[in-house]
This record gives sequence, C-alpha cells and structure tokens, in this order.
Amino acid sequence: MADWYTTFANSGFGTTLTKQLGLPRPAVLRRYEPGQPLLPGPVVVGSAGKGRLRDAVTAVLRDAGVTVQSPATADGATDGERLGAVVLDATGLAGPGDLASAHDFLAPAIKRLRPSGRVLVLADPPSDADSPAQAAARQAVDGLVRSIAKELRGGATANAVFVPEGAEASLAGPLRFFLSGRSAYVDGQLLTLSPADVPTGEDDDRPLAGKVAVVTGAARGIGASIARVLARDGAHVVAVDIPAAGESLAAVANEIGGTAFQLDITAPDAASRLIEHLRERHGGVDVVVHNAGITRDKLLVNMDAARWNSVMAVNLQAQLDITQALLDDADVLKPDARIVCVSSQSGIAGNRGQTNYAASKAGVIGMVRAWAPEFAARNATINAVAPGFIVTEMTAKMPVGTREIGSRINSLQQGGLPVDVAETIAWLSQPGSAGVNGQTVRVCGQSMLGA
Amino acid sequence: MASNSKPATRKAAIVGGNRIPFARSNSTYAQASNQDMLTATLDGLVARFGLQGAEVGEVVAGAVLKHARDFNLTRESVLGSKLAPSTPAYDVQQACGTGLEAAILVANKIALGQIESGIAGGVDTTSDAPLAVGDDLRRVLISLNNATSLQDRLKALARIRPGMIAPEIPRNSEPRTGLAMGEHAQLTAHEWEIGREEQDELTVRSHQNMAAAYEQGFFDDLVTPFLGLSRDQNLRPDSSLEKLAKLKPVFGRALPEGAEATMTAGNSTPLTDGASAVLLASDEWAAERGLPVLAHLVDAQTAAVDYVHGGEGLLMAPVYAVPRMLARNGLSLQDFDFYEIHEAFASTVLATMKAWEDPAYCKEKLGLDAPLGSIDRAKLNVHGSSLAAGHPFAATGGRIVASLAKTLHRAGPGKRGLISICAAGGQGVVAVLES
Repeated sequence: MADWYTTFANSGFGTTLTKQLGLPRPAVLRRYEPGQPLLPGPVVVGSAGKGRLRDAVTAVLRDAGVTVQSPATADGATDGERLGAVVLDATGLAGPGDLASAHDFLAPAIKRLRPSGRVLVLADPPSDADSPAQAAARQAVDGLVRSIAKELRGGATANAVFVPEGAEASLAGPLRFFLSGRSAYVDGQLLTLSPADVPTGEDDDRPLAGKVAVVTGAARGIGASIARVLARDGAHVVAVDIPAAGESLAAVANEIGGTAFQLDITAPDAASRLIEHLRERHGGVDVVVHNAGITRDKLLVNMDAARWNSVMAVNLQAQLDITQALLDDADVLKPDARIVCVSSQSGIAGNRGQTNYAASKAGVIGMVRAWAPEFAARNATINAVAPGFIVTEMTAKMPVGTREIGSRINSLQQGGLPVDVAETIAWLSQPGSAGVNGQTVRVCGQSMLGA
Repeated sequence: MASNSKPATRKAAIVGGNRIPFARSNSTYAQASNQDMLTATLDGLVARFGLQGAEVGEVVAGAVLKHARDFNLTRESVLGSKLAPSTPAYDVQQACGTGLEAAILVANKIALGQIESGIAGGVDTTSDAPLAVGDDLRRVLISLNNATSLQDRLKALARIRPGMIAPEIPRNSEPRTGLAMGEHAQLTAHEWEIGREEQDELTVRSHQNMAAAYEQGFFDDLVTPFLGLSRDQNLRPDSSLEKLAKLKPVFGRALPEGAEATMTAGNSTPLTDGASAVLLASDEWAAERGLPVLAHLVDAQTAAVDYVHGGEGLLMAPVYAVPRMLARNGLSLQDFDFYEIHEAFASTVLATMKAWEDPAYCKEKLGLDAPLGSIDRAKLNVHGSSLAAGHPFAATGGRIVASLAKTLHRAGPGKRGLISICAAGGQGVVAVLES
C-alpha cells in the first residue's frame, strides 16, 4: 500500500541512491493489524519533574504485555536491544530547570529507538500553571516534542499528551493509541485530556463490539476505510451516502457486514429520517462519524454562490443539523455516544482555491470545541480529525509534481493512507476515549502546513 | 396430535424491497445478463437489511426472456450473491405476472409456516435477449452432435441450407394470434372507446408522480444504482400533454377500417431492462432482526381469459381476478387507500377501470349484480408506475409490491392497497396488501 517512491526508497538500489543523493527516505510505517502486540519492543519510562503518572503508565503497559524498562537499564548494558517506545512523564515540572532531566533521559533513549518507534511525552497543561516559570516549562514541552518529531527518522513519531489534575484515569486509551500502530501517521501532535468516567475492561481487539456506528460518505475513499475499521473493531456500521453512490455503498456494507442507508444528508428531512432509521432498526446509535464532504474549488474572486453554498451545506451545516437533532431527540443518541467530525488540514492552514472548503473545515473545529461541554455532561464526546495529505483516488488524479511535493512536506516524508484517518477515528470512537473531548487530532505526519 | 394438525395460517410481512433503476433496452444495461442484474439486486437487498451470510427460507424469482443457460437463474444468482450459499431457490415464470406471483408463492409458504423468510424477485432484459437457431438448423446440429463416424457427420453437415442460418429472435407477440401485445391493447382500447387524450393524461401523471417521488427521496430505500444509472432511464419529469400529442400512433394494424389508432410510444411502456426483489418474512423473523413490517400480503388471485376465441381482450384478466378476491375478503372496490394498476399501456389501466364501472359488462362477463364502481384517481399509482419507470417484464411485480408496501406503511396502520397486473397469455395476477 506504500506509494511508489516509498517502495523505491526502501528497495536495495533505492536505498543506496536516495542516501547518496540526500533524497527523502520515507519509511514503511508500522500499521496496526488485529492481534498485533502493542509495541514491537520494550518501552523505557522516565520522568522529569515530580512525575505523578509513571506508575499508572507502567501498569497500562504491563497489562498490554509490553516490557517496561527503567532509565537505569536504558543507560546500562542493553545487549543491543532496541526500544519500541520512549515515554517521558514530565508532569510536575516546576520550572525550565527541570527540563534538563528531560534531555538527560530522552537523548540516550531515543538513540536506541527502533524504526516506527514512538516518543510520547506526558505533561501538565500550560494553561493550568501556578506561575509563569511553571507555565514556561510546560509550554516548553510543545517545542520539544514538535522538534523531536522532526528529528526522528525511520517512521518513528513523537507526540505529547497534556494530562490535567483529575484526568489521570483518561490516560490509558490515548497512551495505547499513541504507542500502537493505529497512530502510524499521527506525528508532532499535542492532545489535552479532560477528566471523565472511563469504562475499564475494554476488549482491545474489538473495542467497539456491540456498538452501532453511522458513517456518512461511506461509499468510497476515506469513508469506506472508516467503515471497514469500525467494523473490524466490532461495530455494526450503518453506511450512509447519497443515493447516487448506492452501488458502491452496498458493496462496502456487504464487505463489512453492515447496512447501507442511502440518504442525502443535506435534505431538509435528512436528520429525522436518519434518526427514525436508527431507532427502528437499531434502537439507537453509539458512534456517528460525520465524514461526508465535497470540494468545489475556485479562487474566491471567481467563486459562484452555488460552489460556496453546496460545500457549506454538506461539510458543515449537515454536521451541525444532524448532531443537533440527535441531541434534541430523547433517546436515540446513547448516553456515552461518540461523535467524530472530519475536518481538514485546509481548515487549519488554509489552501489557495479552497476558501469555501477551508472555511467549512475550520468551522468543524470550532463546532466540536463549542459542543464539548454539553457532550461531557452526557458522558459523551465530540471530536474532530483533520487529515493532511492522504493518498486516495482523488490525489491520484493530481499532477505528479503537486502530488509528490504535497506528500513529502511532512516529517514522515510520505502521504498518509485512508486507514490512518480511520484508525484515529476508531480510537476516538472507543469507550476508553471518554477523556478526549472537543479536540481536533491531526493525521498529517506532522505536516509543515499550518503547524 | 399436534404434529398431524394443519398449521394455522398467518399473514406474511413485507419487510422491504430493492431494485435497480430500469434502463431502456439496448442502453446502459446492454451488456448485463439476467443473472448479473438479479445478483446485483439481491446484493442491494442484502446490504439494505444486513443479510450478509444469512440463509433465508427461499428465494423465488424468474425472467420472461431467458437464455438456455438461465435454467437455474435464481439459484445461480443466489450463489453469486452475499446470501448464504445454503439458501434454496427456484424459478417461476408467469409472463408480466412473474414478480407478483413470486411474492405470492413466498408469502403463502410463510403463511403456512413452511418458511420464516423469503425473497421474491424478477428480472428481464430485452437487450441481452437469447437468439436461437431455427428448428431446421437445430435438428441438423443435433444429428451432427449425435453422429459417431466422419461419414455421418458429413451427411449431417450436407443438410445445412443457407436459409437455415437466420436466427430466431424472441418477439413481443402472442404465439396464438401473431399480434403484438400493443396491437391487442389497441383493439381493447378501441372496444372500450379509450381516447388518445385520456391515455396521454394518465401517462403525464405517471411521469410526474414518479419524478416527485424521486425528488422527495421516496425511492432512497427502494432502489440501488447499477452500472452508473441511479434513476429510471425512461422517466421524463418534463413530460407534457403537448409533447405526447406530437407522437404518432405505433399500433393499430388490426383495427377495423376507419378506427382511430391512439397508442403511441409515449403512452405505451417501452422495452426495458431491470430487476427487483422483495423481502418477505413472518412478523417474528422481522422483529428478531429489528426489521420493519411495512405491510402484510393479505390475499391474492389469478385469472385468465380466452382472448383467442372468447372475444375478451388480452389484458383484461385482472378485471376478472379482482372481484373474486374482493368477494372472498368481503371488500368493495372502494375499500382501498391506494391502487396500483400496472401501466402496461395507459389504455389498459383506463379499460380496466371502465370495465369495473360498466353495469352490463360486470353483470354479463363478471357475473356481478352491480358494477364494482369507480376508483378515486387520486389514489391510483401515486408514485408513478410502468409508463414512467419502464417495464422489465418479471421485475414489475417486485417494484410494485415494495413501493405499495412502503406507501401503506407511511400512511399509517390499517391502510389497504390493491395491486392489479396484466400478463401475456390473457392472464392476470392481483393482490391485497394491508399495513
């Protein structure tokens, strides 16, 4: 599934040539497959500052069958064994001086990191700091992690999770996600947790067993991939797309053992029809993925109202209307529901010729942030995922130059796959992601655009 | 004792349906076989109701125009679909009544408790039609195949004459009269004095009703696109009396001298390719799977008329079938909320209604004391019918059953609908659905 250049760069001759010419050397990323261990090697867990999470992190990793090493072992004789991941507990930083120990810990550990290894830094949110010095130290984590992500090679990633006081129980799910192959194309990201009632005893192989999930725009591309991954994780998927896409929609539904529901989500009665269908056929819904989206590109000065309005209607207004209708309905949306909205890198960085699209996708980010408290009150969550350059049928039609540049200008030096977006959405849909709310997670390989 | 007792009957539920958009002959589906279309239609039904790998009690379907290779068409389609390979299937064929007859057969087995669920369907292509060699050439080829020596083979080959090479193409005509169905219908229209304008009016209403239904999303859960077609190709939302008035009559060679030919390519259904399927079940089976019950199939009736020597119109058999079914159920013709009278030709629908209103005809031909009376046109073919959708012979019954069941369901519980379908060979199949 890797693109031609990644395949070439990893071939015998390609390795030699790209090294000698100093060309990008994209790695074949470690991606999740059912039954795969969380990590291909041991983890070393270290601290900077007082660190209140180390024991909890160690427990989660041991539960997942991962060997946990202490920094002492990491510094000592290692028999050449390379690390699957490096986790730094940087909670309890008092000031910038404490960061020296972060450097002391990370430098030797990262040197031992395997290809597609993981660096994960846990810290307190800068916004909660007691003093400017503490805020400075916490904010420093941001620059540190983003820079590590840019220095890593071989498909390794670095991300940070901010864990506020009281949100410790929310950490297990995100911790597993960032270390696993599910987060292959999530790089240089900073996630902030919130306190939540997190269910335990989740089946990590089928975390969505017994759940009903709606995926809009499921007939092809990223939407079809989302449907496949949610079904793989145990959900019954109600695959939704416009009636004209019904043939491929039925094929997707049949492939994954889901059901096809043909619906134009911009129709005035779309929300009520969807709700009626979910009530009648499934007794409710646990997961809604607002994935359907369209582009109608033109420079703003040349854009007609139809292009503007159709993009807004599908990409933003339909997400708002259907979500509001689900909230207004007495019982169709399950109390611990998960809503995941697909935004875009264009909504963060902007894109020439995409004023309408970028506006709609930025709107999605504002929407999930604003709705988060109401969802939290129901023990539910609403989040967004912002894909970067994802290799799809659509990008295959781009001119070679544009496509190659678009896919290389990120720290992993390659485009992502639809499954990378789908894995992130499936993770946000899990019961264990209760403490991730109102966030926008970029799936962009740490793109340089909008970073 | 219980094992010997006849099981109590129950009413079969119509859960839903699926069809592919109907295409005009030799167009989008020109390369699709009956099996391709029926398989795609079954897969669309499977996707709609989550039946992947499921074994339903029986799949019953058929086609009017079949290749020799289609001898086990429905079973082969099931094997190619996402249904469990352990799902039994058989073919039926009752001309244009095939689809509805298939639904009746499935419903009856459900009613008897012999199966809990079943799929009824139909498919037809006039594009991928079978061509056969003539009987003369066929006999030569058979003896050639049977010949054991070179000498015998040469002898057989020597019997071939150039005139034998022309293939036999299936024709849309009655074997016993040599008249096309349209010619028969034109005779009936003449007999019942059905005018050109009322036929065109009925046609425009069919197109308008169906176009509106598409716009409202009525077909969103009844149709699955196929080969890039997402709406019926024959549908003309901009159809108008003015446009239809410009068309020349296409039938009428059997009419008496001076009689006006009134039937055109507009107010007759065109040759069409397509397929449909309906999911039926016991109420329990549907409830276990969280599937809806749109309506129940309450009763059905077939009838046939002697159009060869008996002086009756070829497509008039439903006129006879309906009163028999009404009497059995203690219903009058007016006790229905919706009527689905298959639009083989606009004139057929109009002649059928006119016959029911005619006291002399009802008394003499149908043996009724009083005429059945008229029906409220506002309740007729409310989401369009064959004039708009087209009419792939065996697929029409499934289209109508699923559409009517959904219409009744939306109207609320206790609503009743009548289906009337005419068929070649002077036959008719009718049924009552109730929500």
